[in-house]
Amino acid sequence: MSEQTIGIPPRGNIVTPVTTPATALPDGERKGLTKKEIAADHPTWCPGCGDFAVLALYFKLIEKRKLWHEKITTVSGIGCSSRFPYFVQGHGAHYLHGRSLPFASGISLTRPDLHLFVFGGDGDAFSIGGNHVNHTARKNIKMTYVIMDNWVYGLTKKQTSPTSPLGFKSKTDIWGAVDQPINPMKQLISAGATFIARTTATNPNHLLQMMEAAMDHDGFSVIECLSECVEFYEGAFDASNPRKGGKFEPVPADHDVTDEVAAYKLANASFPGYFGIFYKNNRPTKNALEAKVNATMQEKVQGKKDWEILQASFSRLK
Amino acid sequence: MSESTISSAVANGNGGAPQVARVNEAVIRFAGNSQDGIQAIGGFLARLAGRSEQEVMTFMTIPATISGGPSIFQVRIGSGEILSAGDEADVLFAFYQHSYQDHINSVKKGGIVIIDSDHVTPNPDWEKDFRHVPIPISSRTIEAIGGTAKDKGKNLFVLGLVAKMFDLNVPKIEKLVSERFTGKDESIVKTALTAFHAGYGFSVGHLIQNFQFTEAKKKSGSQVVMNGNEALGYGLIAAGVRFGAAYPITPWSDVMELLRRELPKYGGTFVQCEDEIASVSMAIGASFAGRVAVTGSSGPGISLKTEAIGWAVMAEIPLVVVNVQRGGPSTGMPTSVEQSDLNQAVFGGHGDSPRVVLAPTNVKDCFYTAIEAVNIAKKYNVPVFILSDQAIATRIEAFEEPNLEKVCQDITPDLSPVQEYVPYSPSGVTNRVVAGTRILNGKYPIASGLEHDEMGHPGGSPKLHMQMTARRRMKLQRLAAELPTPQVYGPPEGNVLLVGWGSTLGPIREAVDRARAAGDSVSSLHIRHINPLPDGLENVFAGFNHVCVVEMNDEGLYGYGQLGGLLRARFCDPKIRGLTKTDGLTFRVREILERVKTNVATGLRKI
Repeated sequence: MSEQTIGIPPRGNIVTPVTTPATALPDGERKGLTKKEIAADHPTWCPGCGDFAVLALYFKLIEKRKLWHEKITTVSGIGCSSRFPYFVQGHGAHYLHGRSLPFASGISLTRPDLHLFVFGGDGDAFSIGGNHVNHTARKNIKMTYVIMDNWVYGLTKKQTSPTSPLGFKSKTDIWGAVDQPINPMKQLISAGATFIARTTATNPNHLLQMMEAAMDHDGFSVIECLSECVEFYEGAFDASNPRKGGKFEPVPADHDVTDEVAAYKLANASFPGYFGIFYKNNRPTKNALEAKVNATMQEKVQGKKDWEILQASFSRLK
Repeated sequence: MSESTISSAVANGNGGAPQVARVNEAVIRFAGNSQDGIQAIGGFLARLAGRSEQEVMTFMTIPATISGGPSIFQVRIGSGEILSAGDEADVLFAFYQHSYQDHINSVKKGGIVIIDSDHVTPNPDWEKDFRHVPIPISSRTIEAIGGTAKDKGKNLFVLGLVAKMFDLNVPKIEKLVSERFTGKDESIVKTALTAFHAGYGFSVGHLIQNFQFTEAKKKSGSQVVMNGNEALGYGLIAAGVRFGAAYPITPWSDVMELLRRELPKYGGTFVQCEDEIASVSMAIGASFAGRVAVTGSSGPGISLKTEAIGWAVMAEIPLVVVNVQRGGPSTGMPTSVEQSDLNQAVFGGHGDSPRVVLAPTNVKDCFYTAIEAVNIAKKYNVPVFILSDQAIATRIEAFEEPNLEKVCQDITPDLSPVQEYVPYSPSGVTNRVVAGTRILNGKYPIASGLEHDEMGHPGGSPKLHMQMTARRRMKLQRLAAELPTPQVYGPPEGNVLLVGWGSTLGPIREAVDRARAAGDSVSSLHIRHINPLPDGLENVFAGFNHVCVVEMNDEGLYGYGQLGGLLRARFCDPKIRGLTKTDGLTFRVREILERVKTNVATGLRKI
């Protein structure tokens, strides 16, 4: 302990209430960010990985919508796709496998001033973190969740994923996968997510369109984005890619996005299925409902300082 | 002080005409079933003691099943310092035959046993040792408040009896009873008071003598009365915590219920999550985004949270984790007390993951420990455990009301722009800059569970991992140097030093008092900071021949409990020995004294 250099530099103590923190933006003349300013580390993904497209379009979204560094928070779990935050210049966190949604919920519920994006893979969303998807959807906590689905475990080098189709040969199913795969759309619809879309990394315009719509949705917005793993599941999504002789079929124009049953029927189509917004409704967010609870409770203590509210509680404990 | 205990007063009395004896303190045990409202009697008495500037401590058992079952509540009230809930009762109220049979052994020889003669047949053998007072509690209650209330109201009738026996302040009790039922039907208050007065007016003059507490020392300021879980919850609020997340589990749930109810008044939120992992993650997310947040649980739930706590250590995110310990392992004994999660708190993570562990010693200390935990977490960007236990969680104490204006703090994050932010420089603790803060040089850090460089970006070089591991460790070493060395209770040199932590403070100190009164050289030391340990303990230990670590956990493979093991590892001192037990009950003073004697007699070092 000879080089005891631990010290704590002082900073000001500007007090802001937790429900509406002040922005740090006195400067109205700031320009939107350039791609160069948004990019951080060079991605570690394999050449040809679908995830590059998702990252590029996230940058595009930030540019287009003039989001500032400090206003975006990028969160991820564990997996190839979850390396995401390191490649983005902005506050972010690379959290635990499968737990990015509850972590992000903690941010969402305390910091309504931030644009919150969560990125992850199919393992995060539908295997280890499956139940968190259900409950974040049920509670409708405001954030955008992009699931980069590649139907395989890539980071750990080709094991079966919860979305791997039957018969897929992996290191954990050398004779071919035997477990029924999860249908992400059906799962999300029944969980009660309030914005559910499906897109693919090979259609950049559509991907950006979905990201924008998801960002503008007041609630838990989820996108399943097919994102090919060229290393361990090459060609998985060719059938959805016109350049590879496949078909990109948009959600029919007459589809009613508020119709849960219709959405479920769309989700039932066999691969490559449909792309676009499957379902959307405007159920109040937990953020809004909790704020309402707080407003009601705070009416009763109006004008009181925090210690005075506590004092009142203590007075009843005598 | 033989003239001031109840058994001596009973022995001296002639049993004839009513008389008043003055006593210092009384231990009263109520034994019945959980639906009898026994806890409520205890609650009224504790609150009354608080309002009368008397010391009070309670002890209760809660049945593990929902449908009820035997339940007890013990309250010790006195004019002097009360350290524990008392080894033996002066007075037992037995509602049923099983209450009578199961608890007669907890009464002092010569003590008073009041039985509900509607349900209990006295045992002639026991009548020799204890003063039996049969009172038709059930039928008298029904008589007073009507036939429909068969099982209700007995508790208030008994409260009336107690009030009469101990000459308690009736207007104060009436006020307490009215307050308790505020907002309910007017007739409920009336019925409750009728039952109380029926008990108060019941003529027992010829059966029991009356007692009066000696005047309590005037205390400055007023007292508040609450249990440990309430004190923890309010302490967190005072500390400025405005977000928490958890999953229900006994005996932690009360804390989350309180925070869920109270936080909205302060603009905060408490979330009931789908599971333990989600709750710790949500709390860490909220901490990451701003002020220190809290999660909590009891043993099994903490086990589930451990991976996430390791992440918070790695990413250096502040967090408060409350563990209201119960008997383990696994589901164990959900409603019993044990101190067996110390190792889990200190070591419960993969990799080298140093974290802070604090242990409050009583109800009052729960309030202040919560604040200390938040401040340590905030200053050192580290998870801080608060190890409470079932005994502190459920017992009610009166303590001097904190100066809330002074104690309450605002930990709202500072979001003003900074020029640069390097969160993990190898050389120091950093004042955290949270999401939403503009960093003018355009370089933003990532909070990461991977080993990382000074900006949080992944890096696994041997040198970096060594540096960063040392960084995380040195924060705690720095904290250790700041911690006060605990004060020895009793002389700082002598034969035996009892070392304890957490809720055993009361019985250990009382054991010291009793041993010293009997001429034995015994002192004690209570450790509140479990990890890191404060500096200077070796000097304290040097003053004693024997160091006995008293704790409610198993003696382990090598003969000492969990704190004992930690202290032996730290100080390599064979005179540190264990005094442990695993019966799921709080320590009795007598138990400690007897065990210390054996311990010393068989000790490695003789005096």
